[in-house]
Amino acid sequence: MNVHYHRYDAVIVGAGGAGLRAAIETVGKCRTAVLTKLYPTRSHTGAAQGGMCAALANVEEDSAEWHTFDTVKGGDYLVDQDAAQIMCREAIDAVIELEHFGLPFNRTPEGRIDQRRFGGHTRNHGEGPVRRSCFAADRTGHMILQTLYQQCVARDVNFFNEYHVMDVEFVDDPQSPAGRRVSSVVAYELATGDLHVFATKAVLFATGGFGKVFKVSSNAHTLTGDGPSLLYRRGVPLEDMEFFQFHPTGIYKLGILLSEAARGEGGILRNAANERFMERIAPTVKDLAPRDLVSRAILTEVREGRGIGPAKDYVHLDLTHLPPEQIDAKLPDITDFVRTYLGIEPKTSMIPIQPTAHYAMGGIPTNIEGEVIVDDQNTVLPGLYAAGECACVSVHGANRLGTNSLLDIVVFGKRGGRAMAEYVQGVDWAGDGNGAEADAVAGIERVKSSTGSQKVSQIRGELQEEMMDKASVFRTEETLASVAATIEDLQERYAHITVDDKGPTYNYDVVEALELGNLIDLSEAVVVGARARTESRGAHFRDDFPERNDAEWMQHTLVTRNESGKVSLSYKPVVGGPYQPMERRY
Amino acid sequence: MTMAPESPTPVADPTTRSPGSRFKLDADGLVDVQVKIKRYNPDVETKPHWETYTVKCEPTDRVLDALHKVKWDIDGTLTFRRSCAHGVCGSDAMVINGANGLACVMLIQDVGPKITVEAIRGLPVIKDLLVDMEPFFAQYRSVLPYLISTKDPGYKERPQSAEERERYDDTTKCILCAACTTSCPVYWGNDEYVGPAAIVNAHRFIFDSRDEAREQRLDILSKRSGVFKCRTAFSCSEACPRGIKITHAIGEVKREILSQQV
Repeated sequence: MNVHYHRYDAVIVGAGGAGLRAAIETVGKCRTAVLTKLYPTRSHTGAAQGGMCAALANVEEDSAEWHTFDTVKGGDYLVDQDAAQIMCREAIDAVIELEHFGLPFNRTPEGRIDQRRFGGHTRNHGEGPVRRSCFAADRTGHMILQTLYQQCVARDVNFFNEYHVMDVEFVDDPQSPAGRRVSSVVAYELATGDLHVFATKAVLFATGGFGKVFKVSSNAHTLTGDGPSLLYRRGVPLEDMEFFQFHPTGIYKLGILLSEAARGEGGILRNAANERFMERIAPTVKDLAPRDLVSRAILTEVREGRGIGPAKDYVHLDLTHLPPEQIDAKLPDITDFVRTYLGIEPKTSMIPIQPTAHYAMGGIPTNIEGEVIVDDQNTVLPGLYAAGECACVSVHGANRLGTNSLLDIVVFGKRGGRAMAEYVQGVDWAGDGNGAEADAVAGIERVKSSTGSQKVSQIRGELQEEMMDKASVFRTEETLASVAATIEDLQERYAHITVDDKGPTYNYDVVEALELGNLIDLSEAVVVGARARTESRGAHFRDDFPERNDAEWMQHTLVTRNESGKVSLSYKPVVGGPYQPMERRY
Repeated sequence: MTMAPESPTPVADPTTRSPGSRFKLDADGLVDVQVKIKRYNPDVETKPHWETYTVKCEPTDRVLDALHKVKWDIDGTLTFRRSCAHGVCGSDAMVINGANGLACVMLIQDVGPKITVEAIRGLPVIKDLLVDMEPFFAQYRSVLPYLISTKDPGYKERPQSAEERERYDDTTKCILCAACTTSCPVYWGNDEYVGPAAIVNAHRFIFDSRDEAREQRLDILSKRSGVFKCRTAFSCSEACPRGIKITHAIGEVKREILSQQV
């Protein structure tokens, strides 16, 4: 296998919103390489629809403080309040900066950036919905991704397109508080099958989510958690992995996202009796309650026999009362999805929906500068950064509010990029990366030369099915123990997978095998965290422990796998602030 | 409990959607789909060949699902790009039954139980359905596809009226899938032509009231490789999975250049 060596001050892995925003921040300060296994414009940021919240107060009174309150409450008080304050304050700068970068926000009649309602975002600490989401029709993520990519093109950012990250190398360093620091990154070039070692002082992971651990998901096929899983295997802990958001309105069976903007524009959820059931659950904000509550409400309707269809397993999203011109202007893409995939006209027919695996609140633990921390003492591992969905700052706590992910990627992408660019100017090289590729070479050779009988698609299908049935919206010790046993079995079988394609050129057969390994490892982290957490908080709901338990569980989970494969748990306190935990009523 | 005043519309059940008479469903509601694919693997052969596979699909499956069934169940060497699987990332443009489109937005029931798939034309085929996208992105970069503004707007948003915003709305939808450019007969014959996608992305800035580099872009597009290569075949507009009125946009750019020369 050919190996190429490069040397860059900094490497960014992933070219979605977080990676691109970080890249822009390093331009002119250091030599940066941006690696992506796709083309940047294929990244899943582009699938985000509804908007990006910021208390601009362009259309009604609002404040960053209200936004912070909503974020903390929405996250069921597992949010680190210092991080949430920063995000909500810097949201305003971030929107203005995106406008300056050219983002085509929808405008008010006065020519200012328009804003609309979104789930969980309220006026004055919960009095009622507030218009806080800045948007570009229902393709806000597409416009953010395009705009940031355009700015990278303007700045001549160094992209390595279609490079699949394989490994990160650390070297011992007595001066590092963590005992080691980053020295190189290893990636597999899809076009040639060659390996590339990037000797570097720092790496920022921005690899996005891992929703493909679940069967029904809004996530792209390529969202396989490549960053967090490789760090997990290198002994870096993962934080709050048990908190996985199910978006209430995925297209039935397919899981394709129908934005919360549909409800922000007035859409209503209805059960088989045509009842607007969210009025019972959240009398004040109704259909615009946070996603964890709405997803549970939908599946409770289904459980109690009020679902729709032959299997009574879905409910309806009703847009039929909205003016057709409002649908065309504000929700063109999602209504097109409905026409394409369901063959129905959303202006006149109600849309079958079910909750869909959407967003990982947990991930690589970082502080507010994007520096990765490796223990419950917040010890920084020098040179290692993360931002966006693959990271856990934690601004989303146990349940992310709609639009806060687009905000997260631009705010913490920028902060991470800035911190990394400063860091690399003050340190020496940690090595030349020679030999760093050894494990990656072995991993690829093992997959290609295996004569086992296990198929990637078969194992992946079983994993997704099990995770969906037993570790999704409702969980118990029984279901989680069962899925834990399955994962152990799949890990064993994964050692015997075989692929058809043995060649060097664009070998996606091998890539899918590597991605499956990542999905299995991350599923393990999700389930270990979920079994231990004997309470219900945000997106993590235990039928056997249905109450939130602040006395014992107001803490972040850290799950760590050591070199021998043993998994251990530790916990670190939530960063408090002005907001005391209270019951979440909406 | 609050009930809706009346049932607004008949309930549409996706499981009862009629796939049409071309399909003979088996007891599981599946249909045999023949997928004929133009295969080429540079690691083992010197020229392409056709291969036909039969897979079981639901009529509402995507063409992408059929390709996945081939790759996952029959032949893992089949190679194509894909990511989001719902028409927003632009990875899986290919020629399906003779026409350009995204495999993830075309349903089996709409294209029929016999499907022919090959790589998009006009870009070098590397392996199976996967082409070299670099020439395409180089053409995109050549039109300065980013907002250029030298005025310091200060710490505030620049105003833009809803009408000014609407002026370039359509061309902001582009996902750079290359379906348009690789459907263009002029592009097939002349790869120096920047192609429809690059013009779309220039249009997006030329008609943005905040941009200041309109003359530069019009200058680039008035060259031999630019808009006047377009013969108004409308292939690009038909191919666009985002429904962008591309030929119209190209016409607007042509008119801008001509009006400047007067």
